[in-house]
Amino acid sequence: MDFVSLFVEYAPLFLEATWVTLSLTAVSLVLAMVAGAGVAWLAMSAVRPLRWLATAYIGLVRGTPLITQIFIIYFGLAYVVTLPAFWAGALALAFHNSAYIAEIIRSGFQAVPKGLTEAARSLGMSRLKTLKRVQAPLALRTTLPVLGNQYIIAVKDSSLVAFIGMTELFRTSQNMAASTYQPLTSYVVVAIYYLAIVLVLTLLVNTLEARLSKHRRPEVQAKAKVKSEGAV
Amino acid sequence: MTSEDRTATGGEPVVRLRGIVKAFGSTTVLDGIDLDVARGEVVCLIGPSGAGKSTLLRCINGLERITGGSIEVGGQRLSYDEKHLNGIRSRIGMVFQSFNLFPHMTVRENICVAQREVLGRSAAEARDRAHALLERVGLDHKAEAYPDNLSGGQQQRVAIARALAMDPALMLFDEPTSALDPELVGEVLTVMKDLASEGMTMVVVTHEMRFARDAADRVVLLADGGIAEQGPPEKVLLQPSSARGRAFLQEIGQA
Repeated sequence: MDFVSLFVEYAPLFLEATWVTLSLTAVSLVLAMVAGAGVAWLAMSAVRPLRWLATAYIGLVRGTPLITQIFIIYFGLAYVVTLPAFWAGALALAFHNSAYIAEIIRSGFQAVPKGLTEAARSLGMSRLKTLKRVQAPLALRTTLPVLGNQYIIAVKDSSLVAFIGMTELFRTSQNMAASTYQPLTSYVVVAIYYLAIVLVLTLLVNTLEARLSKHRRPEVQAKAKVKSEGAV
Repeated sequence: MTSEDRTATGGEPVVRLRGIVKAFGSTTVLDGIDLDVARGEVVCLIGPSGAGKSTLLRCINGLERITGGSIEVGGQRLSYDEKHLNGIRSRIGMVFQSFNLFPHMTVRENICVAQREVLGRSAAEARDRAHALLERVGLDHKAEAYPDNLSGGQQQRVAIARALAMDPALMLFDEPTSALDPELVGEVLTVMKDLASEGMTMVVVTHEMRFARDAADRVVLLADGGIAEQGPPEKVLLQPSSARGRAFLQEIGQA
């Protein structure tokens, strides 16, 4: 069988698996963002033991391979609670990504110039309002490219949960290889799916970045000027 | 529209500083400063760099915590309780050397954000106030521009408008023209002089001796952690009585 007809024949299975990969990644990234924000908050705390806690957490996660973390969570949690492979995988991916995301969030907040925070506070804005209106929006703008990068890594890393039996994209290509005896074709097919997902994700991040960096584009001012003159 | 209803009553000074001590670690920057600022008074703080001018100014709205002494603003004793501090700060406008406009907001949003979040004004109310103030500083045509697209002088005028939008009883200026190209200094000083002549209470840290001479009611020379000399500008800037005052004027080439 030639490549094209194999690709078409396996498309339904791969599309189903694409959904599994996407939902797995999405769930794990939402959890990772929440946990990462918490760890970043600890890392920036004025209380030293809390900072140590954050450092230890990040060190632990970054110091061990993802595949090890997946197996430990999958088999370890089995003693406490029986989790479906999906949730064990999602938890492991969330755990793994949270450490990297914590570092990204921390660097984003630390890149917000101190003077801007002082300006907001000197206007009488509370800590929380300053965070909401000044620090967080600016941190998001500086970290978006790096966050996008981490999301892309997360999509590809999700292939490792194939090893606890999840039928996501990579596992599907293994199955295909086993039944067609065409490993090369099967892995090229799955590479195309990953590439397509990453391309779409990149496009989304770039669009968002462009929308959020209006203030860096000189032509916006020119446009606004024309508009206000037109209105007069 | 002015600050009358938001300040203390009677002849109370707007700012009353008593025995202000500020130390950073083992370095004492301010060592027992007493200073009153009357309503409508324009006080210029001058002195050699490192004398603690900016630190003193930043103590008044609690951006720096004092090590000792007491601060009263509008008859209220300053404490570092978050709610209390936010309330006091909303009545003190501050203008920074580096403008500190929020880069992700348009000029109009910069002026509206605290009106909305702190004073609870409606969007329409805040916008009207923003446009009125922008007109006053000559920048209404820039309302929809982002700070990065403005010159330094324009950014500083927006920063002044942003502070004025809170209807402050007191305005603090921390070297407002030091980061500006020489040809842009004038436009900012003009706005400040107008403000002074309208009766705004102002404390200004500055190196602009021309501004101090023209607009200040009183010049305070800080040196070595204390007030070396103070009085009307023509006195302090032309015939200083202290050795420290004469030395400073010599340094900056005024005497």
